[in-house]
Amino acid sequence: MEQHVEEVTRRTKILQALEDQNTSVSFDDPLENQMVLNMGPQHPATHGVLRVLLRLDGETVVASIPELGYLHRGYEKLAENCTYHEFIPHTDRLDYLSPMNNNVAYVLAVEKLLGIEAPPRAQYVRVMVKELARISSHLMFLGSLAMDVGALTVWMWAFREREKQYDLFERIAGARFTTSYTRIGGVAQDVTPETLELVKKFVYDLPGHIKECEKLLNKNRIFVDRTDGIGVITKEQAIDLCYTGPGLRACGVGHDLRRANPYLVYKDLDFDIPVYEGGDALARYYVRMDEIKESVKILKQVLAKMPQGDVHAFKPKKVLPRKERVYTKMEELIHDFMLVNFGVEPPVGEVYQAVEAPKGELGFYIHSHGEGYPWRLKIRSPSFVNLQTLPVMLQGCMISDVVAIIGSLDPVMGEADK
Amino acid sequence: MGLEQALGDSFLTTKLEDAINWCRKNSLFPMPMGISCCAIEMMAFAGPRFDAARFGSEVFRFSPRQSDVMIVAGTTTFKMAKVVRKIYDQMPDPKWVIAMGACTSSGGMYRTYSVVQGIDLFLPVDVYVAGCPPRPDNLINALLTLQRKVQKGESKGSSTAIIGDFTTHRHPVPSAG
Amino acid sequence: MNHVVVEKLKTRFADAAFEFSEFRAELTVVVPKEIITEVCQYLKEAPELTYDSLSDLCGIDMNTPAKRFGVIYNLYSLATKHRIRLKTFCEEEDPTVPTVTGVWGTANWHEREAYDMFGMDFQGHPDLRRMYMPEEFEHFPLRKDFPLMGIPGSLPLPKK
Repeated sequence: MEQHVEEVTRRTKILQALEDQNTSVSFDDPLENQMVLNMGPQHPATHGVLRVLLRLDGETVVASIPELGYLHRGYEKLAENCTYHEFIPHTDRLDYLSPMNNNVAYVLAVEKLLGIEAPPRAQYVRVMVKELARISSHLMFLGSLAMDVGALTVWMWAFREREKQYDLFERIAGARFTTSYTRIGGVAQDVTPETLELVKKFVYDLPGHIKECEKLLNKNRIFVDRTDGIGVITKEQAIDLCYTGPGLRACGVGHDLRRANPYLVYKDLDFDIPVYEGGDALARYYVRMDEIKESVKILKQVLAKMPQGDVHAFKPKKVLPRKERVYTKMEELIHDFMLVNFGVEPPVGEVYQAVEAPKGELGFYIHSHGEGYPWRLKIRSPSFVNLQTLPVMLQGCMISDVVAIIGSLDPVMGEADK
Repeated sequence: MGLEQALGDSFLTTKLEDAINWCRKNSLFPMPMGISCCAIEMMAFAGPRFDAARFGSEVFRFSPRQSDVMIVAGTTTFKMAKVVRKIYDQMPDPKWVIAMGACTSSGGMYRTYSVVQGIDLFLPVDVYVAGCPPRPDNLINALLTLQRKVQKGESKGSSTAIIGDFTTHRHPVPSAG
Repeated sequence: MNHVVVEKLKTRFADAAFEFSEFRAELTVVVPKEIITEVCQYLKEAPELTYDSLSDLCGIDMNTPAKRFGVIYNLYSLATKHRIRLKTFCEEEDPTVPTVTGVWGTANWHEREAYDMFGMDFQGHPDLRRMYMPEEFEHFPLRKDFPLMGIPGSLPLPKK
C-alpha cells in the first residue's frame, strides 16, 4: 500500500516536471488514459497509402478508424469524359496487382450493356488471363503477408514466380504490367501456340514452388502464432458488412460469383471453392493458397479445351474492326473513325455486372443516356468495402497484430480510393 | 559539407570531395515513397531479378532520417502532397529525388481535380523517369544517372535528367515563372 | 424471379407509387424516398426474397431540374443468387434521403462517399463525414457543374 502511494506521487512529480512554468497546460497520466496513435499514410506495412487512427489502451487497440482518399484520382469523373474504349487503360490501374482481371470485368459490363458476346476463343483466353491474374495477386499477398510477419525469404520467392508471370504477360499483351488487353467484343490480339506452351510449362511448375513456400510457413511456429485467432470476424458481421472474396470464404460462407452467377465459360469448368471456418487471418491465408491450386486446375482445363477461331466479334457498329480491314475496306474505315471519335453508342439503360476478382466482388454499374460516353460509371471495388471490416477486426488486438491483420485483409489502395 | 567550408578551395579539398562523392554515389539508400502502381515495379526493382542491391542501394530504408534518395512512385494527390513534402523535409542533406513514372513527372493520364500535375510543383526533382509504369531496367538507368550526377557534385534540382526510351537527355532547369 | 418480387412489393406496399422496368434481365424499381428504408427492410427480411447483401450504393446527378439527385441501390441475395436495383430521387433544393445503415451496415461508407461526391444529406447516418476529399474541401466533385480539372485554388499545395 505504501509502495503504491509512493509510486503515485513519483508519477505525478514526473508529470509536473513535464509541465511548463509559463503555460498553464496540465497533462493526464499516460499510463491511466488512452492514447491516439496515427499509423500514417506513409508506412512500410500499410499496403499503400492507408491511414489508420488507433485508440490505444496501453498496447491494446480499443477502436480504430481507417482514412482513405490519399490516392483518389477521380476515376468516375474521368469516365464521364472518356468513351468506353478510352476507359480500358484506366481500369488497369484500379487493382494494380491483377490488371488483366479488371480489364475483363469492365469489358463484360460494357458488352452486357451493348447486348453482344465475345466469340468462344476470346472467352477462353479471357478466363486464362483472369486466372493468371488471380495467381499473380495471391502470390503478392503471400509475399507481403510473410514479409509483414517477418519472413523475407518467401517474399523473394513469390517475386521470382511473379517475374515469370510478367514474362508471360509480355508475350500475351505486350506489357509486363498495365496491359489493357481486352477490347469490347474480344481481346486485343490472339495468343500464339508458343505462348500457350510457355503458359502450360509455368502452370505445371508452379505447384512445386508453392509447396516450398508452404513448407516454410504452414508449420512455422512464429507464423502460426502471429496469425491464428488474430483478426476474427464472424459470419453475420461479414454478411452485414458485405465482405466478399477469400475473406468471406474464410468465415464459412461458400459464396463465389464464378459458381453463383457464372459468366464467361466458368459453368463448363470443374473447380472447387475452398471454404474454411474460423474467420481469422490464418483461415484467410489457407483460403488463398487453396485458390492458387484451384486456379492451376482451371488453367489446365482451359489450355486443354481452348477452341480455334477468331478473337474478335464481328459486329460492325459496336466492335472496333481489325486493322487490315480498316486499311483496305471503306465501311470498316468509316466505322473505325466513328467508333474512335464518338464512341460505341449503346442503348439508353443501366447495367450492373460483377465478377469474382482476387480481392472480392468487383462490379461496374454503367448508366447510359445513349451517347458514346457513360452518364455515370460506378466502380464497386472490393477493397473499399472490405476495408470497412477493419475496425471490427482490430478490436481488442495488440499493435503488432495490426500489421498482420491488414496484410491478411490484402487491400489495394488503387481501387479502394478510385 | 562542413569540411569544405573549413579548409577552403584547394587541391586537397577537390580530391576529398571526389572521394566523398564516390562514397555517396555507391551507397544511395532509397526511401521508397510507394504510392500506387509504380510501387510494384519499384518492388520488382528491389526484387531478385533486377537486383538494386548490386548498385549500392542495399536496403530500402522506410525511415526518412536514414535515407539519401526519395523515389516518389505513384500518383500524388493534393491530399498526399502535404505528406510527401513533410517526409522530404525530414530527410537530412544531401538528398535527391527521383520522380518515377508519368504521374509524378507531369500528372500522367490523370488530368483531374485531385491529382497534382507533376511533383516538381512542390519538390525539387533530380531525375524524371518516363513510363507508365517504367520498367525496372529504366529505373536502374535512372539510378545510374543519379550516381553520375552525385559524382559530379551537382546540387539538387539543377540540370535535371529525363529518362525516356533508355536514353538520357540533360536539360538545365528553367527559371520559375 | 422478377415477377415474384414485383407481386410481393405491390401487395405489401399497395399505395406506394413504384415504377418497374426491366433491361437486360435486370429489374429496376423506382421507390419514393419517404419509404425507402421500409422497402429495404422488407426486401431483406421477407422469407422468399432475403436480399441480405447490399452490393453497391451510389449517387447520380441526373441534371434535370426536378429530381436532380438520385441514389441507386444494387441488392443481392446470397440464398437465391438474384439481383435487383432500387432507385430513389430527391430535388436540388432538398437533397436529403433517409439512410439505410440500419438495414445493412455496409451502407455506412457508401453513403459517406455519396455525400462527399454529390452533397446529398443522409438523414440518420451515424457519422456523415467526407470520404475521399479533405474535410475542408467545399465543393462536390461528381456534380455535373463541377469541371474535370477542378477549381484552381480549392486544394492547397505545399510550397517548393
